[in-house]
Amino acid sequence: MDYTDYYKLTCSEIQKLYRENKASPEQVVDSYLKRIEAVDGKLNAFVKLNRESIDKQLKDLKEKKEKPLYGIPVVIKDNICVRDEETTCASAILKGFKPPYDAAVIERLREAGAILLGKANMDEFAFGSSCETSCYGPTKNPWDLDRIPGGSSGGSAAAVSADEACLGLGSDTGGSIRQPAALCGVVGLKPTYGRVSRYGLIAFASSLDQIGPITKDVRDAALLLNVIGGHDPRDSTSVNAPKPDYTKSLINDIKGLKVAVPKEYFVGGIDKEVSLYIGEAIKTLGSLGAKIGEVSLPHTDYAVSAYYIIAPAEASSNLARFDGVQYGLRSKAAKDSLLEMYNRTRAEGFGSEAKRRVILGTYVLSSGYYDAYYLKALKVRTKIKEDLEAVFKEYDCIVTPTSPTPAFKIGEKKEDPLSMYLSDIFTIPVNLAGIPAISVPCGFTKNGLPVGLQILGKPFDEETLFKAAYAYEQNTEWHKRRPSL
Amino acid sequence: MNYETVIGLEVHVHLKTASKMFCGCSTKFGSPPNTQVCPICLGFPGVLPVINNKAFSLGIKTALALNCRIAEFTKFDRKHYFYPDLPKNFQISQYDKPFSHDGFLDIETAEAVKKIRLKRIHLEEDAGKLVHKEEDDYSLVDYNRAGIPLLEIVTEPDIGSPSEAYEFLVKLKNILEYLEVSNCNMEEGSLRCDANISVRPIGQSELGTKIELKNMNSFKAVRQGLEYEAERQTAVLKEGKKIEFQETRLWDSEQLVTYTMRSKEEAHDYRYFPEPDLPPVVPNAALIEEIRKTLPEMPKQRRERFIRDYALSGYDAQILTKEKKLADFFEACLKIFNKPKIVANWLMSDIAAALGSKGMSIGEVSFKPQDLAEILGMIESGAISGKMAKELLKESIDTGKRPAEIAKVKGLSQISDKSAISAALEKVLSMNQKAVSDYKTGKGTALTFLVGQVMKETKGKANPALVNELLKKRMGGA
Repeated sequence: MDYTDYYKLTCSEIQKLYRENKASPEQVVDSYLKRIEAVDGKLNAFVKLNRESIDKQLKDLKEKKEKPLYGIPVVIKDNICVRDEETTCASAILKGFKPPYDAAVIERLREAGAILLGKANMDEFAFGSSCETSCYGPTKNPWDLDRIPGGSSGGSAAAVSADEACLGLGSDTGGSIRQPAALCGVVGLKPTYGRVSRYGLIAFASSLDQIGPITKDVRDAALLLNVIGGHDPRDSTSVNAPKPDYTKSLINDIKGLKVAVPKEYFVGGIDKEVSLYIGEAIKTLGSLGAKIGEVSLPHTDYAVSAYYIIAPAEASSNLARFDGVQYGLRSKAAKDSLLEMYNRTRAEGFGSEAKRRVILGTYVLSSGYYDAYYLKALKVRTKIKEDLEAVFKEYDCIVTPTSPTPAFKIGEKKEDPLSMYLSDIFTIPVNLAGIPAISVPCGFTKNGLPVGLQILGKPFDEETLFKAAYAYEQNTEWHKRRPSL
Repeated sequence: MNYETVIGLEVHVHLKTASKMFCGCSTKFGSPPNTQVCPICLGFPGVLPVINNKAFSLGIKTALALNCRIAEFTKFDRKHYFYPDLPKNFQISQYDKPFSHDGFLDIETAEAVKKIRLKRIHLEEDAGKLVHKEEDDYSLVDYNRAGIPLLEIVTEPDIGSPSEAYEFLVKLKNILEYLEVSNCNMEEGSLRCDANISVRPIGQSELGTKIELKNMNSFKAVRQGLEYEAERQTAVLKEGKKIEFQETRLWDSEQLVTYTMRSKEEAHDYRYFPEPDLPPVVPNAALIEEIRKTLPEMPKQRRERFIRDYALSGYDAQILTKEKKLADFFEACLKIFNKPKIVANWLMSDIAAALGSKGMSIGEVSFKPQDLAEILGMIESGAISGKMAKELLKESIDTGKRPAEIAKVKGLSQISDKSAISAALEKVLSMNQKAVSDYKTGKGTALTFLVGQVMKETKGKANPALVNELLKKRMGGA
């Protein structure tokens, strides 16, 4: 294989070349940089390339040959802080902000020998399911440039799908890793809440956010979670639980695995082709020896409503710090008063979806409305968690579609926030319950658009997800398809 | 109609921890601006708070000493308002589940002991400080204070007068100092007090409209501000009018008036909600017991012990235990010079006066218990007179020099050598034959006169007791 084609490989394939001394990190990185140069103009997946630091990163690699991600190029969602590299959450309000610290996951990636290629586009502050609310303009879906890549980690998913990066980091608050992974035909994992440190992840909704891998196959996701997972004392919500070697779960055997199919996830609004492929995928799992059973998750219908109270409430609080005082944008138009500085800075700096969520969140937390909205939403959250716990008493995992539809057209839902919010209908309950879930490719529509299968697991049981997803992947060919660009 | 005042206090206390509430930055006072900050206390994007366990323990210690119950479940909440000294534009505080509640503190009023109930004590982080200069059209922010652990102690509206409020604060400060949980320095802002005050006709059970009073920078200011407000509100009611609105007023310690800061309509909606970055805390029962064991002797117990063990009067014991450092000084001195009444007298009179003229307290000067013990020992052995001792003491407190050293340099020593005195004595006797004969005829004042003459002759250095004794012996035997 010519070295200029290395960008096509998975992480484990590149590692094999390194082990056999057939390739060098310089060659691999160069191949990716050329690929980015060739295709990113069409996709807009990257908001920033770490041109200056890549050479230094390569030099620092010398002693790291034995490290788990030696010489593997990774793309980072722009809401994860990278020391001295601009980190903006795709928002004008953070233009020019260079954090003086690395996020915990970045420290771990550096320690593991990974090469940080650059920052990926996203919905502004991760508010969205289409990557259209970015201040850098939308990212395109590599499978159809007229369509959205999903969101909010659309840049990371598109970059991995289009072979612009070997591995990607995303963050998932209501489906922001899994939905774009599904829509771009790659693997996306939202780990259990508390599995991966949030230190250095610019918060959207702190009780829901979780960083996770976006990769070309299931093995790569396991390799990446091995590196980024684990307890971090700087994040008080990170859990001090034993962290297994996830590659040990990559065995092609799911005989006797108990798989639940929730009936509420297969009614109304779901695209026919998506429904068809999910049905096929379930049959495949059955044919591999899994025991399939239908279950009910009765509170599913309330998940989106509860989510759109809890998430904006936390977001309105988390975004309060963007005020022009210490960092980021300060409006030049404000001259007269502190209030004017706040108002103009926030009016200029936040896009319309960010404003919508801040207003929504501020409203539901206001005195007199708190009980009716926020407190009620928390009760719904508990019910949804209990629904899932009940199913997990009898089943090992649950399978659903990741997204009710394949990728939609750019602009199609931009003016209709409610229909946009519904694209996360199958992914939101997972965040509310804090459990892990993975999305793997399970088909392509007539128009050539990827469809994703979502597998939900018990808290801190990512192993079962890897096991089921790996077995499915080994017995299908979907993950091998790549978009032609 | 007669009116009564109803007061509740909110006291904020900086906890004496090495590092801040949610990060590792130092809490030292008085460092150059923004030198004790990090991304966490600056509220940078992406960083997360971690609870300072030491602050939590000091909080529990305080709550136990104030007879509070420790909550079985407690959590932190975010309190939102926009201001540049608040880096995140929310303060991490505790809203509906404070870590402790339902305590009390007894104060002594003119009539009796009165129980002031404590509604709650909670933990929170302090804000930074804005610095304005008159001539500039901008403000600067110093975040050194941002994130310092604060304890907020809230009373029930059980305080009936400004002087009771004053008494409460003195008592509370006393306890906090005994606990060594805070520096309690109002000038440095490590102890701050806001008040809620309303007035109602005596006999009315319903509370009057309350006014929140802020900006009182000393206990005296608290009393003055409350006195002003009580009078102002009473005057309004006496005119048959009403206190129309709840409002926040500020005390102006120069004009000696209160004025409106913001009315209820302008009041913040803090939009409290549980801090998602910090899991709820279930205080460990074993830990609470552990902390309970570390509680030191409280002022009241110590006062009682002083009366019992040292045979001090109630008044003396009260004064000596008012400040922990003074009581510690007293007991340390007794270890070397074990005459409680004498040590107590010196502490309450001359030392108190010397400190008072410097405006300092016992802990702030380098005068040590062994210094006092040394001086008292010198008096007892006759090496110096009481008068010299006072001089020595004042100078030692003023200059920080050791008493023995000063005595040596100044030649402050008493002549207790009989042969050294006898020359002066003989001279005085020969020059004052009249007084000698007066003495012999039984005139007592003659002896005092002669002692004085000998003292004069020795430039005050003779030991007066010895002179007295020698004179009597000499004249009696003549």
